[in-house]
Amino acid sequence: MSKLPIRLTVNGDSHEVSVEPRKLLSDVLREDLRLTGTHVGCEHGVCGACTVLVDGAPTRACLIFAIQMEGREITTVEGLTPAEGLSPLQQALHEEHGLQCGFCTPGIVTTFEAYLRENPDPTEADIREVLAGNLCRCTGYQNIVRAIGKAAKAMREGATT
Amino acid sequence: MKPAKFEYHKPETLEEALALLAEYGDEARIIAGGQSLVPMMNMRLAQPAHLVDINNIEGLSYIRANNGSLEIGALTRHRQVEESSLLVQACPPMPAAARNIGHYGLRARGSIGGSLALADPSAEFPLMAMLLNAEISTRSAVGARSILARDFFVSVFTTTLEPGEIVTQVSLRALGQSEGWGFRWLARRSGDYAIVNAAATLALNGAGQIDRISLALGGVGATPLRLSQLEQESRGKAVGGDWAREIAAQAAAQIDPESDKNASAEFRKELIEVLLAAALEDALRRMEGRMAA
Repeated sequence: MSKLPIRLTVNGDSHEVSVEPRKLLSDVLREDLRLTGTHVGCEHGVCGACTVLVDGAPTRACLIFAIQMEGREITTVEGLTPAEGLSPLQQALHEEHGLQCGFCTPGIVTTFEAYLRENPDPTEADIREVLAGNLCRCTGYQNIVRAIGKAAKAMREGATT
Repeated sequence: MKPAKFEYHKPETLEEALALLAEYGDEARIIAGGQSLVPMMNMRLAQPAHLVDINNIEGLSYIRANNGSLEIGALTRHRQVEESSLLVQACPPMPAAARNIGHYGLRARGSIGGSLALADPSAEFPLMAMLLNAEISTRSAVGARSILARDFFVSVFTTTLEPGEIVTQVSLRALGQSEGWGFRWLARRSGDYAIVNAAATLALNGAGQIDRISLALGGVGATPLRLSQLEQESRGKAVGGDWAREIAAQAAAQIDPESDKNASAEFRKELIEVLLAAALEDALRRMEGRMAA
């Protein structure tokens, strides 16, 4: 089947692209829109590296077709990064050495942007439960857990001042 | 790891979707959350010629009480089941089951209708459908059906759904005021399908004997099982001593699970005993908690 024109809203910008219906959102983001912050690991929903936000909800971009996303608001890790500096979550991952190779990091940032909005004061057990959906082969997770706890605290304090 | 070609359809109404399904028959697959279908398409285990996307159909996503039953629309996401205060109050096993499905990011997208239609024998919602006397409502171009869970699940990944038929709703019984419940499972990693899962409800009479009990098991056969005969035999039994362990041992004696790469038959039998006993003890504890409250 030939390509069809679709309109996608990504990080607030509207894009017209021509894609085959079978093209995954992860591939359209990377290949057609050149937003390579969304990483593609397992391509069957296990690793979590390609997680983006769809209307604010964390979604595996490899488990959805771009053509399904017309009329939805997509947010990638690029859209969560301020023009200057880093987001509180990114800053905490940096400070706590929450990454080595960085392959899994964009999916962790997007997932926890959504989660900390729902649960701004998570326990360590809450963080570990949610983090179980994102595979990291470098860190052993300890520093990621610490970073997310630190970011949550910083975001709570930022919200009250 | 890229899906094969397909033609994409985005119906706006149920009637449109049913017409498409009638036209394309078994060449068509419905996509709801896609959290099981798309991995299968990426690995080319599924290669539908037509994909009918039901995500834009309104009126398929709701959780409501109706005459002592709870009705959940087929497109309701796992996260909505998990977070529903109505279900937490009237049917607490459902949010507990939802919370155990996959991971946070998958639960935002996966749908209850999709989980039931997939019919994985160790999945959470099929188990709960058996436990809570679910009635599954369907529509097709030729009419509507209401199917009891025990008739719905036929085998591994196989239901009584016909080509062209779509799940629209599942209706479950509410738990009584003095009824307790338990849900236990064993999986090797957080988010995996259970090797075995077990669920129970329990209500006692004034003499401290079992008045109403329901027992369901997943991962021990081609479909989730409801142990109706054992439930009958357990009525009138006093809850004391090793009561939960005794019922669970009887369950294990009646079931012949198969061995596979995840677990041997012997291990599964042992899990039936351990998990069902723990689910029953949880049910008693929660029942006492509700009575005391």
